[in-house]
Amino acid sequence: MIKWWKILAALLILYTLVWGMLGPVPQLNILHETIRNLFYHVPIWFAMLFQMGYSVIFAIKQLSKNDLQSDIISNQAAQTGLFFALPGLLTGCMWAKFTWGTWWTFQDPKLNGVAIAVLIYLAYFILRSSIDDEQKRARIAAVYNVFAFVMMFVFIMILPRLTDSLHPGNGGNPAFGKYDLDSNMRLVFYPAVIGWVLLSLWILDVKKRLAILTHKENEQ
Amino acid sequence: MNNRIIIFLTSLLLPFFVKAQEAAGVEMADAFRSEGKIYVVITVISIIFICLIGYLVYIDMKLRKLENKNRNTN
Repeated sequence: MIKWWKILAALLILYTLVWGMLGPVPQLNILHETIRNLFYHVPIWFAMLFQMGYSVIFAIKQLSKNDLQSDIISNQAAQTGLFFALPGLLTGCMWAKFTWGTWWTFQDPKLNGVAIAVLIYLAYFILRSSIDDEQKRARIAAVYNVFAFVMMFVFIMILPRLTDSLHPGNGGNPAFGKYDLDSNMRLVFYPAVIGWVLLSLWILDVKKRLAILTHKENEQ
Repeated sequence: MNNRIIIFLTSLLLPFFVKAQEAAGVEMADAFRSEGKIYVVITVISIIFICLIGYLVYIDMKLRKLENKNRNTN
């Protein structure tokens, strides 16, 4: 049957879909009702970061144990993470258009960082597809994965905090400092983060099992 | 002369009126919510999400069947 944490993921997100729309939020200028995007846009990025972290852990496992299963999981997790970057980017563009007044701005270090991170991971898949030998591909991909994760972390989490950014929590401000006072929003935001991370794990689980099955089929 | 003084004094009060307008509140979707139609949107979102989850469950089950079959043949 379906595992308990998969059901939990569905229930948590369903709760945030309903209560995120109905629940009380602070009334702020410029943001108005769009502050509710925090419940949907931000957890998507948390899921993406989680998947990339998952991917790099299995890349390191691949390097130390040299088993192909870890390589498959690492690859699938990176794919899932990149998939989550797409709605993250699209919702971010939408939100930016109606609060900052533009779809995309190169003034914001976080947007540039995300763009670079996506390109780095796209290069990861190109690198994979260019090597035919399985063992060699696993090892080279794992090494590149560690590099990609570190670069992504620097570009998304560190550099935006060193300069001025339109995103909250950057330019020296503590993350979510503005919303820390509002416990109503935490009540939705934290379950949303857990829910989306679990849902991304569910998608990874399905993708991983399918990839392992296909791998077995090909070997026969 | 008197009029001018009165106008001047009342003009001093103007900032308070401006402030009163600001205090009237940030514009939120109160009308939308009071008409009750926000529930329609929430229902639509929920239906879409439940359908997607149902589809994921279906794929998950189908994959499990395939895995079991694969395990038996090996």
